[in-house]
Amino acid sequence: MSTEVLAAAQAGVPAPASGARQVWWRLRARRAAAVAGAGLGLLLLLALAAPLLSVLIGQDPNAYHDDLIDSARGGVPTGSYGGISGEHWLGVEPGTGRDLFIRLVYGARVSLLVAIGATVLQVLIGVSIGIAAGLGNRLLDGLLGHLSDVFIALPTLAFAIALTAVVPGDFPRPLLLILVIALLGWGGTARIVRAQTLSLKKLDFVAAARLGGSGPFRVARRELLPSLAAPVITYVAILLPTNIVAEAGLSFLGVGIRPPTASWGQMLSSATTWFRADPAYVLLPAGLLFLTVLAFTVLGDALRTALDPREASRLGVGRERTRRTRRTRTSRKGDPA
Amino acid sequence: MSDQRSIRPLVEVAELSVGFPVVGGSALSPAGGARESGDGPDAPPAPGHAGAARAGTAGRGLVRAVDRLSFTLEAGNALGIVGESGSGKSTAAFALLGLHRGTGAQVTGAVRVGGSDVLTASDAELRRIRGGVAAMVFQDPLSSLDPYLAIGDQITEVYRVHHRSASRRAARARAVEVLDRVGIPDAARRSRARPHEFSGGMRQRALIAMALSCEPQLLVADEPTTALDVTVQAQILGLLAELRAETGMGLILVTHDLGVAASNVDELLVMREGRAVERGPVRTVLSAPREPYTRTLLAAVPRVDARRANGANGANGVSRASGANEVGRPDGPDGPDGLDRPDGVRKLHGVRDAGVVVGSGEPAGGKPLLEAVGLRREFGKRGPRVVAVDDVSLTLHSGETLGIVGESGSGKTTLGRMIVRLLEPSGGELRYQGREIGRLRERQLRPFRSELQMVFQDPVSSLNPRRSIGESIADPLRAAGVLPAPRIVARVRELLERVGLEPDWYHRYPHEFSGGQRQRVGIARALAPEPRLIVCDEPVSALDVTTQAHIVRLLGELQRELGLALVFIAHDLAVVRQVSDRVAVMRDGRIVEEGETDAVYDDPQHPYTRALLAAVPLLGGAEAAA
Amino acid sequence: MTSYVLRRAAGAVLVLFVLSVVVYAVFYAVPGDPAKLACGPRCNPAQIAQVRDQLQLDDPLYTRYWHFLQGLFAGHDYSTGTGVLHCNAPCFGLSYQNDQQVTELISQRLPVTASLGFGAMVLWLVLGIGTGLLSALRRGGTTERVLTWFTLAGTATPVFIIGLLLLMVFCAQLQWLPFPSYVPLTESPEQWAWNMLLPWIALALIEAAKYARLTRSSVLETLADDHIRTFRAYGVSERAIVGRHALRGALPPVIALSALDLGSIFGSAMLTETLFGLPGLGQLMVHAVRDIDLPVVVGVVLVTGAAVVIANIIADLLYAATDRRVTLT
Repeated sequence: MSTEVLAAAQAGVPAPASGARQVWWRLRARRAAAVAGAGLGLLLLLALAAPLLSVLIGQDPNAYHDDLIDSARGGVPTGSYGGISGEHWLGVEPGTGRDLFIRLVYGARVSLLVAIGATVLQVLIGVSIGIAAGLGNRLLDGLLGHLSDVFIALPTLAFAIALTAVVPGDFPRPLLLILVIALLGWGGTARIVRAQTLSLKKLDFVAAARLGGSGPFRVARRELLPSLAAPVITYVAILLPTNIVAEAGLSFLGVGIRPPTASWGQMLSSATTWFRADPAYVLLPAGLLFLTVLAFTVLGDALRTALDPREASRLGVGRERTRRTRRTRTSRKGDPA
Repeated sequence: MSDQRSIRPLVEVAELSVGFPVVGGSALSPAGGARESGDGPDAPPAPGHAGAARAGTAGRGLVRAVDRLSFTLEAGNALGIVGESGSGKSTAAFALLGLHRGTGAQVTGAVRVGGSDVLTASDAELRRIRGGVAAMVFQDPLSSLDPYLAIGDQITEVYRVHHRSASRRAARARAVEVLDRVGIPDAARRSRARPHEFSGGMRQRALIAMALSCEPQLLVADEPTTALDVTVQAQILGLLAELRAETGMGLILVTHDLGVAASNVDELLVMREGRAVERGPVRTVLSAPREPYTRTLLAAVPRVDARRANGANGANGVSRASGANEVGRPDGPDGPDGLDRPDGVRKLHGVRDAGVVVGSGEPAGGKPLLEAVGLRREFGKRGPRVVAVDDVSLTLHSGETLGIVGESGSGKTTLGRMIVRLLEPSGGELRYQGREIGRLRERQLRPFRSELQMVFQDPVSSLNPRRSIGESIADPLRAAGVLPAPRIVARVRELLERVGLEPDWYHRYPHEFSGGQRQRVGIARALAPEPRLIVCDEPVSALDVTTQAHIVRLLGELQRELGLALVFIAHDLAVVRQVSDRVAVMRDGRIVEEGETDAVYDDPQHPYTRALLAAVPLLGGAEAAA
Repeated sequence: MTSYVLRRAAGAVLVLFVLSVVVYAVFYAVPGDPAKLACGPRCNPAQIAQVRDQLQLDDPLYTRYWHFLQGLFAGHDYSTGTGVLHCNAPCFGLSYQNDQQVTELISQRLPVTASLGFGAMVLWLVLGIGTGLLSALRRGGTTERVLTWFTLAGTATPVFIIGLLLLMVFCAQLQWLPFPSYVPLTESPEQWAWNMLLPWIALALIEAAKYARLTRSSVLETLADDHIRTFRAYGVSERAIVGRHALRGALPPVIALSALDLGSIFGSAMLTETLFGLPGLGQLMVHAVRDIDLPVVVGVVLVTGAAVVIANIIADLLYAATDRRVTLT
């Protein structure tokens, strides 16, 4: 390897220690990310303020309005577009006449609560196990590695349905969903963190820290965790939308959030019987779920790019770009430079 | 090929400039990698930034890698382009084949190769020139070949691009023929192997065979031997010379190594920061350089055939040419820093009374500081074990420098890591001040950690990119927990100053520094816990030659001041000669020869040592300049 | 190579063993009386006691697990009061619902899920690799922007939304396609494909988005490799470079991932199957859970787990086979 490449590597290899501020600037510079972020912010605000909103607009998520549905036609809302009116902004639910807007807002509350809760728990478990495996001796590594493998091998959805079915009915459902999703889904995080830890561990700065008298905990805290932040944040951006879909999927299958609590998946599930008579009822929760997941995905993509601009510039622009800093033993050792 | 020669020169380059657009704070270049700075536009002004080192920014958002370069090459002649990193030598070589086309790089001026204008040629014409007229050999033979395809198929494919009428079979036969010509044994069978089944030297031969198959008039070799061991390097250079004599093709040899250029080219072009500094016949440039920069460069090159100057530290072997700054950073901290600071010495090791004999190169009698007896290290859990270090015995005294040389895979790094106990020996004894430390467990090792330190090869990975350099240096002190926080900061500032950096750079991050500066940080970190022994594992091999000289001198000074014992591991025989009191030559995990440095270099006993020394390219008639 | 496969197989057996212990423990240690569940709602206490005896529910959990393992490897005999019902190995027990053998239930449903998975995979590979390659080659243009958003939308859409929309449009509104109902391949290949078309598309659209992204980044990464530069420097045309060198380097991860995804389809097809009313493993699972039919649940979880584990091994082998640089140790 020539000195030129090494110089390039010197400049490029360590992710820039730019700090949160630069990441923030890079994020803001991307229009799609800014829009997605704003949208998600609004959704979060609505979800947090749901009870207040309910009082303000005078709609209860569980109040039936028999007068708004046409029982002669099987319960389809009266009026066009699913019964949209000044009172019911997005119409009412067929069959029950409950206000759709407020139910969607309450649905967002459940969706975000479960997704965020599960993600936090997943990351906590995954990072601890991943670091322990990466830093531990061969026995510990093998043990934890196999454990992660078992959890990755679990048919997660099947297991989740089964679990939610056997747990007693009085256990709070959102908490149950958080636990089920998190306990079944930490394997991926652990695997990534372990791999990162293993490759970081080989770097000379970790060896230098050991020579400086740092024990494994000190090494983990001061040398590894800061470098793990970027990949973990990137992975969180993948986990969040996945978990939103997982919650919706479980509720769709009828084993997640139980009525009368509103949830998007459950609304979609009941919409399967209504989509011929009342298409609006399908499109609302479907559209909202789609937009939320899309926004999280866009934001996650942008975040990844912002955290690692080199990666982005390599994959993003031009033709014969930069060289991968994959270095071989021969080229590294025999480098007289 | 002589019949094809026209009256015009083979290569004409006039006023060539290559600029790379700056994308999000980083300039991208196809030549040997990106010149990326890795930080955004709002980063603080960097002290000698690696990216800024290359050249001035010409206009908004354009980094100029090559700046109004002109040269010509007559058919059949050989031109060496030499320079340090960021000099634009590879970029210029790439421009000869029009490799910047489609990359967004701005190329101006004129490049004519074999009579065709490369910059204005049509795509089809350019494809004909590439390989057909001028063929390129790259520096890293492993990554330069397609890992998925057999070597013979790759040559066949390239051959058929230029010989469209050739049948598949004829092309294959030709591939085997050229592989045989470049010295691949059993070429017919080996042509079906994939690159990873070849050794480094074999891969480079295969790449040369690919070039040969096209029968070019010009061979452009970009650092063709940089990734290779010195003995393999000698073979490849020999092969190139042979092929040139046979086919009469011209050669442009891009290299950072003046020794490699000295014996393989007719003319030399010295580049710096994208510009030509000096150009002339190789003998003239090397023996009577006109430009100060060339003189600096020559002076910084360590000589394997020159004795280390008497009676002092390693710095003396490397000439202290005035103004020998790290290239491109004339105002940086690597300015003339040869000032001795006698008063700073005791302060540095203020806590512990330096009761050791301050060595002058001679082992100070008495007990050795470190002693290894029959040291051994194996790798691999199951299956056949690989013995990396086998039955190595050595002693080391305070104030002494032991050089360890060897080619890749000789076990020298493993040995170094065992000495500081980053690795546990599989067998043998390792005694530090008479105490066995080879089998101590991590916790029991703690008291010894501060005594044994290491300086690493790779200035990139040896510093945590997410921590400020001050914190990295302070780490061992904080871990020890003896000094109060303000004292630690004060001491780190002291150390920074001692290694030639600004104390105020405490809060800066590694990516803001050049390779040489980072290596200084690494040295400061190793010094922080007041060690008695430092293992330097290829500490200068990733650095430019002038920077190399500074670092070597710094290590020598520190050793003298602090009475340190140094283990200096390197593959570069010349550097080792200039720093070591004694030298050990390693091969396949064993020490094949050990002794006083000059004795070993001047009168090698072991055949391997002799072969190694014979393979080192000499600068030749350059003594006059030194 | 052989030793690698053997070691991986041993590892897989270990993983499946742990999985079976966990599954068994979790589902049979739950509150609620399995005997009551097995017997049905109209049973009197005497009948329940009989069932309890029959299922040996009074034995400790580990004894029952041992019997379960025995059943798996050697089969099991159940007394039905009037005679003996032999359950052949591998025996996962009898369904609480209708006393059918779980193994039989699973093997009836397996072809449906397999049809769904393989058909969709063909579709998503073609779609995904095609789109990915196209967007990698048309960098910076409108094509790329459109494709990027298309794939983003694909990754962001849950399968039950796409499926619902497809049903609404093609079956309810346009009435181009029938509401899917499974017709075995052996019965009428034409009807089989026609009915599976919507489920395939629904599943493939989402997976294709993932594959498009992977292919794109993989191709771009390979194009940035040094050896691509070598071939450019020797006058090889761009088309040959992409077709011969870049795609080749980009495919191994794509192929490996598709093996993994095919494995996990068996465990995750329940959404698609529920939505389209396909009688596959997923639907069996959902119904079994609804009825708390424990033997069926345990059986399906273990079978789908085995599919994932085996897919993992196949993925690694495929990766090594397609990427010569990888040696398996």
